[in-house]
This record gives sequence, structure tokens and C-alpha cells, in this order.
Amino acid sequence: MRLITCYIIGLVFGLGISLSGMANPAKVLNFFDVAGSWDPSLAFVMAGALIVTFVGYRLVLKRHAPLLAADFQLPKRRDLDLSLIGGATVFGVGWGIAGFCPGGALPALGTGNSDVVVFVAALVAGILAAKRVQSGWRKRAGMPA
Amino acid sequence: MIETLFTPLQSLAGGVLIGLAAVLLMATMGRVMGATGVLAGLLQPLSRSDLGWRAAVLLGMVSGPIGFTLVTGSMPAVQVPHSTPMLVIGGFLVGIGVTFGAGCTSGHGVCGIARLSPRSITATLTFMLTAGVTVYLIGRGMGT
Repeated sequence: MRLITCYIIGLVFGLGISLSGMANPAKVLNFFDVAGSWDPSLAFVMAGALIVTFVGYRLVLKRHAPLLAADFQLPKRRDLDLSLIGGATVFGVGWGIAGFCPGGALPALGTGNSDVVVFVAALVAGILAAKRVQSGWRKRAGMPA
Repeated sequence: MIETLFTPLQSLAGGVLIGLAAVLLMATMGRVMGATGVLAGLLQPLSRSDLGWRAAVLLGMVSGPIGFTLVTGSMPAVQVPHSTPMLVIGGFLVGIGVTFGAGCTSGHGVCGIARLSPRSITATLTFMLTAGVTVYLIGRGMGT
């Protein structure tokens, strides 16, 4: 039941990405290319997604627990640190170079396009490299890796 | 750069579906719908059940373009303006960035902003700004 539900949720997300144009690097990069071939579509994707989550989260989080899990697992941190801002900076640079973000690229794997496979392989390598560095830092600070 | 059509209605509808998926994942599994979180958790799963739901979400995501093709009769467009080495460099930087930054466009930009998280609002403003600057600099470098 949980697996089927999660599959359908992933499918809705993947359909949304496909319909919105977020799976297309040219379209994503054109959102930022204000001085060139500007395409403001991405703002409409964000608006559509935020309207639904803004209202939907408030209704859902009024409940005591989710339907298929013990509790809500929300990120609790509210402080800003160097890792967050540095990470977001590097992510933006990579996004601006490649035109794919993880949410656009993972569904785009379903198109069978070989460029997407190259991007996702590099993405996974970057995640694993960063996790190694993070666990090294934690060890040095005397925390469990 | 490759010209693309301005598609406000399609993009808005696509965004609504993305938001719907995020709300449904919170309602059922109590989790934030972040592509980074789903993928990173798959690479280092905490348990078998943790692996299971993430793999199911990912499989669903990958089925998205196939479902889209069945409905509309054509695959969603994937046009890559840059060379393969740039995709590799970009992908690696995105992987490093989303790990240290703890999220991407879906996790911070949609789910986090909807919860009015100061970390997500800051992260989103930061990566939108640096992506914009990067696109501008690459465009100037290529003389377009």
C-alpha cells in the first residue's frame, strides 16, 4: 500500500515536471536569460506549486499524524549557516551551467535522453563526494559519521 | 541560447501537479518532497523500508515522461544547450551544492517556502541569484 502510494505520488510529480517544462534545460536556462531568449515560464511553475503546497500543507499538518507513517518528519532547524548558504551558492552555479536541477533531471531519466544519464551520474558523484567530506568533518569534530 | 515558447498555462498546471505530489507525500508519509532528499536517501538508506518508499517515488518520477507521452502523444522536450563536459561539471557542482545546502528547487524552493522556513527562503534566494549570474556570465562568454 505504501509502495503503490509512493509510486503514484512520484508519478504525479514526474507528470508535473514533464508538463511544466522543468525537465528541459533550455527552458530552465531561458528563465534566467533575461537579457537574451527570456522565457518566464518557470515563475508559473513555482507559483502553481507554491499555491497548492501553501494551502495543502496547512490542512495536512493540522492532523496528528500522516496516514501511512508514524509521524511528520519536518526539518526543524531555522538557523542560517555557512554550509546552507555555501551549498546553495554552488548548487545555483551548477544549475546555471547544466540547466538541470535534481527535481527536473530525475523524471527526465524517463525520456531515455543520454544527456540526462550523464548529468544524473555526475550528480550522484557530487552527492557521494560531498557526503564523504561531511562525514570526515563530523569525525574530526568527534561526532558519529 | 535555444529559444523556447512561453507556456504560462502548461507551466502553471505542471506546478500544481508538483505541489499536489508534495502535499500527498506529506499527508501519507509525513515527508518533504525533495528530489535531493529522495535520491540522497537512496544512496545511503537507513533501513529496508526507508529504501522501499524512496525507490517507489523515484520509479514513479521516471514514469512521469512515459505517462505524459501516453496522454499527449509526444515526449516532453529535453534540449541541452551545452556540451557534455559542461553537463558533467554542472552535475557534480549541483550534487555538492544540494548536499551541503540540504535541498534543491523542490525541497527548499517549494516545500520549504510553503512552510515559511527561513533556511529554505534564504537557500532559494541564494541559488536563484547564483544561477542567474552564472547564466549571464556564460551568455557573455559565448557572445550571445
